[in-house]
This record gives sequence, C-alpha cells and structure tokens, in this order.
Amino acid sequence: MSARVNYDCIVIGAGHNGLVCAAYLARSGRSVLVLEAAAEVGGAAVTREFAPGFRVSAGAHLLQGMPRALIEELALDTHGFKFAAEDLPSAALAPGGAPLTLSVAGIRAVAAADAEGFEALSARLQRFARALAPMLSSAPPRLGTRARSEQLSLLRLGWHIRRLGRRDMRELLRIAGMCVYDLLQENLTSPLLQGALGFDAVLGTNLGPRSPGSVFTLLYRLSTSANAGRFSPAQPQGGLGALSGALARAARAAGASIRTDAPVRRIRIDSDRAAGVILESGEMLSAKLVVSSADPKTTFLGLLGSEHLDAGFVRRVSHLRTTGLAAKLHLALDREPQFNGLERSALGGRLLLAPSLDYLERAFNHSKYGEYSAQPSMEITIPSINDAQLAPAGAHVLSAIVQYVPYALTGGWEHGRQRLLDLVVDRIEACAPGLRRSITAAELLTPPDIERQFRIHGGHWHHTELALDQFFMVRPVPGAAQYASPVEGLYLCGAGCHPGGGVMGTAGRNAARAILARAA
Amino acid sequence: MHTIPARALFSEPLLRTPFHERARALSQLDSFIPWNGYTTVDVFSTVEQEYFAIRNASTLYDLTPMAKYRIAGADALRFLNRLVTRDVSKLKPNRVAYAVWCNDSGHLIDDGTVFRFGESDFRLCAQERQLDWLLDSAIGFDVEIADVTELSAALAIQGPTSCAVLKSLGLAGVERLKPFDIGHFALEGAPITISRTGFTGDLGYEVWMHPQDAESIWDRLMLAGRSRGVRPLGSRALNMARIEAGFILPNVEFVSAERTLRTGRDRSPLELGLDWLVDFNKGHFTGRRSLLAQRAAGVPRRLVGLDIVGNKPAHNALVYAARSGRRQIGAVTSATWSPTCKRNIALALLDAPHVEPGLEVWVEIYLNSELVWERRMCAARIVERPFYAPERRRATPPADF
Repeated sequence: MSARVNYDCIVIGAGHNGLVCAAYLARSGRSVLVLEAAAEVGGAAVTREFAPGFRVSAGAHLLQGMPRALIEELALDTHGFKFAAEDLPSAALAPGGAPLTLSVAGIRAVAAADAEGFEALSARLQRFARALAPMLSSAPPRLGTRARSEQLSLLRLGWHIRRLGRRDMRELLRIAGMCVYDLLQENLTSPLLQGALGFDAVLGTNLGPRSPGSVFTLLYRLSTSANAGRFSPAQPQGGLGALSGALARAARAAGASIRTDAPVRRIRIDSDRAAGVILESGEMLSAKLVVSSADPKTTFLGLLGSEHLDAGFVRRVSHLRTTGLAAKLHLALDREPQFNGLERSALGGRLLLAPSLDYLERAFNHSKYGEYSAQPSMEITIPSINDAQLAPAGAHVLSAIVQYVPYALTGGWEHGRQRLLDLVVDRIEACAPGLRRSITAAELLTPPDIERQFRIHGGHWHHTELALDQFFMVRPVPGAAQYASPVEGLYLCGAGCHPGGGVMGTAGRNAARAILARAA
Repeated sequence: MHTIPARALFSEPLLRTPFHERARALSQLDSFIPWNGYTTVDVFSTVEQEYFAIRNASTLYDLTPMAKYRIAGADALRFLNRLVTRDVSKLKPNRVAYAVWCNDSGHLIDDGTVFRFGESDFRLCAQERQLDWLLDSAIGFDVEIADVTELSAALAIQGPTSCAVLKSLGLAGVERLKPFDIGHFALEGAPITISRTGFTGDLGYEVWMHPQDAESIWDRLMLAGRSRGVRPLGSRALNMARIEAGFILPNVEFVSAERTLRTGRDRSPLELGLDWLVDFNKGHFTGRRSLLAQRAAGVPRRLVGLDIVGNKPAHNALVYAARSGRRQIGAVTSATWSPTCKRNIALALLDAPHVEPGLEVWVEIYLNSELVWERRMCAARIVERPFYAPERRRATPPADF
C-alpha cells in the first residue's frame, strides 16, 4: 500500500475549528490538506438556502466567542469577512406582557427594583469572566507531570483568580458549583429578567436552571465572551457561512489545500503512528500528522477504531455525554414580524423566550424523559433585519434555537417533528401575532438532524457536553486533553477539546499552537 | 445466567460449588475459606499429606470458582489480542495459553488462561471476576461475552499418577495430550473437556464438565484413583506447589490495578518477570504504549526467586541489601519451605539494581516459638525460577502407574 500524496498535516473537517487550525499550521510553513465530507466548507457554521430566496445560518446563527485577536491574526477582513451588525441587543419576551430589554436602561423601565442588582451582578460576573478567560486560550496543563510549564500554567490560573481580591475570590469559589436558579434568586426579583439571564446559563447544555453546575456554564459563556472581547453577540454579513468562507480563504492564502466532498473513512495507522487517512472513495492520503476537528467519538471510535486504543481510554470516550438538547428552527416570512411591545430597533437582536426560571425549569423537565415541553424556550433572531441579502425584498427569515428538544424522542421523530414545529410556531405567535400567516416555508432541525447534517455524534454543538467533569484538563477525556491523542501523530482540534464549541475557533488555534510547540 | 435469590445471598453469602457435598464429606478439619464468592476447602486432612500427594501420587482440586468467560463472535480473536499482552493469533484451536492483561497504564489487572476451541470460540479463565473490564474492552468489537462461571464445573487432577487415573476411566487418547492441549471426551454419556494445564508445575490436567455431572465424575475419579494414591487437595498445599513452580497469584504477588488505591502500588508484567508474555510486535493491546515507556525508562523492580538460609519460611519478610538491615530493597511476596527441593524458598519483589541472579541479599524473618518472638536476619541468594520443574510435567505420553 503506497499513498499518493504527502502532506505535513491532514486536517479532518473544514468546520471553523478545522479551518482555523489549518490556517495557523499553514502559516507556520506546514503543507496542509483539509478534507471536508460536505460539499461546502463550514461544518455547523454554514449559510444555506432552505427555501427559494431565503438563506439562513443553518447551524450556529450568531458570533460571540471568536477572539478579535484571531480575526485580526488571520486578517479575515482582507478575505471578505465583515459584520452585518455588532453589539446586538437582547430582549426578554413575555407572552401576554411587555418585553424587557437587557440593559440597565431597559431594566429601569420595566423592573426598576432590579436595576442596581443587575448592574452589580453583571459587573461582578464580568470580572470573574475576565479572570477566567486567559485559561481558554492555551492548552490545559497536564496533571501528574513535573514539567515546569504545566505547573506554571496552573499557577497562572490561580494567580488570575487570586488577583480578583479576597471578596471576589471568595464569591467566585462560593458560586462556581451552584445552580443559576439560586444565584439569580439571591440577586434579582423580576422573573422575566431572571429567566433571560438563566437562559444564557443553560443555552446549548443539558442543564435546567436548577441543575448544579449551571453557574459554571454561565461563567463559561461569559469567559468566552471576555476572551473574545465581546460581551454582546454579532452577526456576520452573509451569515456564519460567510465567516467560514473567509476562514477557508485565509487558510488557502496561507498555503493550505481544501478538498470538499472528501469524506474520510479511516485514519491510517502505521507502526502505531497516524500516517494519513483513507477516504470513503478508497483513496489513500499520507501525512506526518492527522488533526481531527471531528467530535471525539467520531474521531476515536469511528475513524480510528478501538483496536488502536487502550480499553480504559475507549471506555472514557464512549461514556462522554454527547447528546444535544437543542433544535434549530428556520422560518421564511413574507413580511417583517411584529412582536408585542418590541421596538423595531430590538428586532435585529436576540429575542429570548424564557419568561421565568420556573418556565425554563419546566421546559427542561420533559427532556429528561424523552419528551419536549409544550412551552419550550427559545433564542430567536431575525437575521434579515441586519442583512437584507438573506431574504427577498420585504421578506424575512427567522432563525431560532429551540431549547430542550430531546435527541431520542419517545415515539420517534417521524411523527414528533411536525407537532413540535406547530407548537414552537404557536409559542412565537403568542408574542408575535400574525406570524403564522406570514410563514411561507419552515424547517426544524432536531438533534438527530443536526447529527446527520453536520456529522456531529449526538448532535451537540459543543460536541461533548460542557460540564465541570468534561472541561479544561479533562476535556474531552484524560489522555487527550492537550490536543494530542494517545496515538502518536494524531491530534484533536474540534469543539470536543478545550475550550469547547460555539463559533470561537479557539480550540483550533490552541491545537495548532500545541502541535507546533511539540514539533518545534 | 441464573440469578441468586436475595434472601439466600443474605443468609448464605458464599456459593457452593457442585462438588461441595463431596468435599464436606471428606473434609476432616472443616477448614473452608472463601474464594471468588464460593466456599472452598483450605485443608482436607493435613497440608503435608496433600502436598506430598501432588508430588508423589495425585490430587483432586475443585477450581470451579475460577471466573470463566465464553468469548465468541467475528472479532473474538481481535478482541483477545487487544485484551491480553501475548499474541493469541499464535494459539491454535484446542490449545491453551497462559496470559495476563493490563490497564491503560500497563499495570496488571489479572492473569488467567485463554482456551481456544475454534476459529472464533474462546474461553477466558481468570482468577477474579472480569466482566466489567471485558465489556469495556469489547467496545468497538463484534464479540459476545458471557459469564459461564456457574455453567461449568472444573476439577484439577494433578500429580504423577494423574494421567494413569484418567486413562483407567477409559478416556482413550488422554495420554497423547501435550502440555496446553485440549481434548474432548465423554464419560458414560457425560461430555467432558480435558486440558493439560494446572497450577502445580507437575504433570496434571484440568477436567471441565457440566455441573450436573460433577458429583458422579468426582466419584469416578476418586474410585479410579484409589490404587493410585489420589487425595482431595485444599488451597494451602496447592499454594506450596505453586510457589515451587514459581507461579504468581493475584493479591499476593500483585494487587489488581483496577483495585489499588495508593499510587505506585500497581505492578506491571515487566516487574513480575512476565516479559516473555508481552509481545510488542503483535499490534496494539491495552497498556502497550505505557509498557514501552516503562521498558525505555527502566523497570523499577523485579520479581525474583530467593533461596534462603535455614528452614523457617520467610512469610511477609522485608529484604535488605546488607546484614545491617539499614537499606530495604524489597519484600517477600510468597514463602514456603519446599519439601521436595529441601530448600527454604520465596518469591520477592526487589528494587531494580538488586535483581541479578546469584546476588546475596538479607531477609528479616520473624519467628514465633511458643509465643516468644525472635528476629532472624538470614542470608539469601537470588535464584532462577521455577524452583522445581520435574521432567514429567512435559513428558508425552506420561509414565503409566
């Protein structure tokens, strides 16, 4: 068996992390080939036409966690990347009531009693986030080694936390393991405000606001924002797919080759080293290193195979919690939707449907038993407000993340999908009368659809659940938490690695640095 | 798999093997010990009588409590080769291989024997229950694993007259079984499988049967063995023979890596002198990368045989580099006076620089004579294992009696 082409690195998957990793590797002079199974690059950051003339970010629909430094280092603006809107506002929708804009002014108008509490809590959480953020942008330290660099890295994290001062450090340690329900009860009174803030803690997770660890996920989200230098989300011009396009051009400009429609079947092992890949077509490609942006289960159990790994490692990988609990809704609307009491300026931002923490917790309850709630929670955006090219003139697209949609629905998705779609539209209709009549096309992606379309085992947008036991030094699992894997020459660079998913690119950048540091 | 009613488990925590009634009838001391969840005999009459029966006649030992797993399916061979450290693909059908398996860090989980019955039909016999580890190891393999511990009863017949006893039962061809061969026979309609394996380092066989046939086969072996000195054997005398043979025992020479609590207390096959069982060239197996790293870094300690001055067994003794006893270099794991070798022998784990054969070390033995304790510092020499390996263990056909 002789392989045809030789590369320094083969990157599996042209999602944003794969592209970022490839770009950094190529910039350092490595010959890099990126292999993408789909017809276009982007992974879950793609813009897709789901109805004639209506285009939408089919997976992720906002950009918040991608560090400004990364965007600058890769000079994405020179590759055609620009924002349609930045600093998007967030508003909390209240079925049958007035919405609340999540800003000090907005809160003063609707829930005046919480204005000070909100300001203080936001400021404190943002201080915590800034202290924690530095740990996101490098490989986590390894325990059990005596290497100075590893110990220094832990010390640095401790120092950042210590530097918060005595009061803040004590408060951070007190709340870190709490549930967000208790934290918000302590600090705020307005159910609408509590619900909206609690929603950010559980968005994209398998947690309800009363689940332990939901303050951790909130701090995580804020830390990624602090790391990105952006506490409000932004919307790329042309949708998230345009960002992927720019990343691909940046990678190509740095010298990387990208092949689409090239699904990988196996990672090739030669003398216990990753030696390249075999494509579904049977084509063999060889490389000194293989870097997988696929999720850990797909990479280790699918592309590599347990026989090349130790049993304990395989057990840890197979026990990873990887099922997604969020669905994606796309609506084509023939006119601009009207939300009760919402100013037009808020329509281009995030509209959160989580009117109270109890509402959110009840919505979560059903998912534990393979059901969805009749009252789901949502993050709604109308991207065509900021980016007219996404829909025909006068028409609009609505893109929403529907929270707490189980991967394995009791009774199966075949019959459940249309019912859920109706129900979700009804819930939005309650805040936006007339919406249903304006729908010309609708699409609902359940977690199994997300799994299939984006090739993510379990359909979780973080690849593996973000929780304390799957984070930092143990993400995705001990033995693969520093981007290297147990197999020499095989690396991970996807959302399953530290620091997780969302469209950040940090995992891809950290991985590239770890690979280059090893090779140096 | 049958389940045991909770009430019975509560009032009677130990299971009984199919030979239990026979063993109880022959037990003169009522000396039973728990083994793998079963009650088994420690000593039937006297340790010495039972020991000498192993070396001079024959013994029957109930090894039903050994954990037994059937491993079958298209990937059975690939699964086993990833599980154990030796190359199972070299094992031919109807052959047995001694094997050990490790965790990811290359530390021993257990040892046992792999029986190959067909292309994809294996049985793994282990000292301890292994189902969870086997199922974890099966992730990604097309393999069926079934715990058959209670579906099969087993007797070891060991000693110089063992082959003659089996032959006298009319098991034609049993004498042609070479060491580690498996043969299939029938005894008055009862199917039995005989492997030329054992834990005594002597001529011997293990007889595998259905539990319902257990008592009648026991009776027939005892009857046929009457003129050939056959005795039932308890675990204590067997232990003396296994030390003479240099075999290791879990929880004695090592603690299963899945159960050690303290760091550094687990042991690798390289430390236990099982290098010959580790095949680094067969492809990947669990622990391989860690074992390669350990080999490169140097193995920190080794299991050695000791020949100790005097005749007092060095149970639990500490081992020193010099008589002064100032620097401890290891400890004895198993010790016995060997009646056959007429030597005071022991297995010991010693730190790496002190493992050269011929080297003199010092063993600190505590003696209790009528409740008066005294300490003896005895010289000992590192010697090759096994301490006792009679030619008859390999002779095919074995001598007739």
